[in-house]
Amino acid sequence: MSVFTLPQAAKEASLVKELSDLVAHHRAACAPYRNILAAAGTPDTFDQVADLPWLPVRLFKNLELKSIPDDEVFKVLTSSGTTGEVSRIYLDKAAAATQTRQLGATVQTVLGPKRLPMLLVDTKSLLKDRRSFSARGAGVLGMATFGRDHVWALDADGKPDVEAIRGFLAAHGDAPFLIFGFTYLVWLHLYEVAREHGLDLGNGILIHSGGWKKLVDQAVDPDEFRRRLSADTGLRNVHNFYGMVEQIGTIFLEGPSGGSLYCPDFADVVVRDPETWAELPPGKPGLLEVVSTLPTSYPGHVLLTEDLGVVHGVDDGDWPGKRFSVLGRLPRAEARGCSDTYQKAA
Amino acid sequence: MTELQRLRNAFRTSLDLAPDAPVDDLQYQDNAQWDSLAHMSLVAAIEDEFDIMIDTDDVINMSSFAEAVRILGKYGVTFDE
Repeated sequence: MSVFTLPQAAKEASLVKELSDLVAHHRAACAPYRNILAAAGTPDTFDQVADLPWLPVRLFKNLELKSIPDDEVFKVLTSSGTTGEVSRIYLDKAAAATQTRQLGATVQTVLGPKRLPMLLVDTKSLLKDRRSFSARGAGVLGMATFGRDHVWALDADGKPDVEAIRGFLAAHGDAPFLIFGFTYLVWLHLYEVAREHGLDLGNGILIHSGGWKKLVDQAVDPDEFRRRLSADTGLRNVHNFYGMVEQIGTIFLEGPSGGSLYCPDFADVVVRDPETWAELPPGKPGLLEVVSTLPTSYPGHVLLTEDLGVVHGVDDGDWPGKRFSVLGRLPRAEARGCSDTYQKAA
Repeated sequence: MTELQRLRNAFRTSLDLAPDAPVDDLQYQDNAQWDSLAHMSLVAAIEDEFDIMIDTDDVINMSSFAEAVRILGKYGVTFDE
């Protein structure tokens, strides 16, 4: 069952209703949210998704924003941040279960219902302290649920473990298998190693995330990444995704033919002019807003990110709805990202 | 050993519980042992014990001992006691 099914008009109709209900829910349940909306003179009804009131994603670093009583808090998720500020995201049991289920439904679109043998392009030491994972550790662990017979491609020092990769491919390389990792780790520690040692990744399905910033020096952009993985390692099933802890469980997934991210049925994006906040049409880059019906325990259902993006088209790609790209961080925004913990640790 | 005892033992081993610990009422993440990391070991232990491959949705839905019993029924494991 795919979660990439709704054409834009149908999605807009369902989202505006569900998200309007969430605005009312969070207004009733979260005092700081109520106060922010009151101060902005926000109305009670909304005609379209782009009219919904957004919160800057940064606000989750400054304010305790939750819509559940303290005794129903089941998990507190934190994001990494280079200035020491972290977002705090509060989940109750229902929200935690929903996010896992919807993330599962999203990745099964490209993986199918079976758990595949999984090569994790990361190091096991990431999960050393099981009481306190980094955001990166939590991301890897969340994705590990969708695989089996896990093998770590990096050793304890974060260096490629060529023998482990070879062993994995010998055991599982002749049938579909899953590769997961941060984009720059996949490039530096799997692509380069596979090319050098002539490893065949042809049956792999790669799911990767984390941004392209660290690969600028290598002159690798999304097209080049796909082209060279395919040419040099045989890996053709490649799916980048975009997501953030402040909207846990919602990921925007690259379609099979590459070049665009797609929104699952319960989520969407709006690109805004950073000067006027007006919604921009396809082809015009601006600030990316992400909406999702999953955040019920905290008001993260409409978030203005600090990332620039552009909608490429609507109902004209691999899957229905908007297709878009993330173009990088808004200049002068705080450098922030899960993958940054790696560099500090390394 | 009955199927139910085999399942109980798989829970005890993968969740680091005592050999005689009661497990029939366990719920996912209700105790410190059964966290998301242990869940992976638990699924692997159940798969090994009963020689089955559990689908993604069933891994996600396996939120209690009772639910594990129900899900394993789908894979042809029957629990008569």
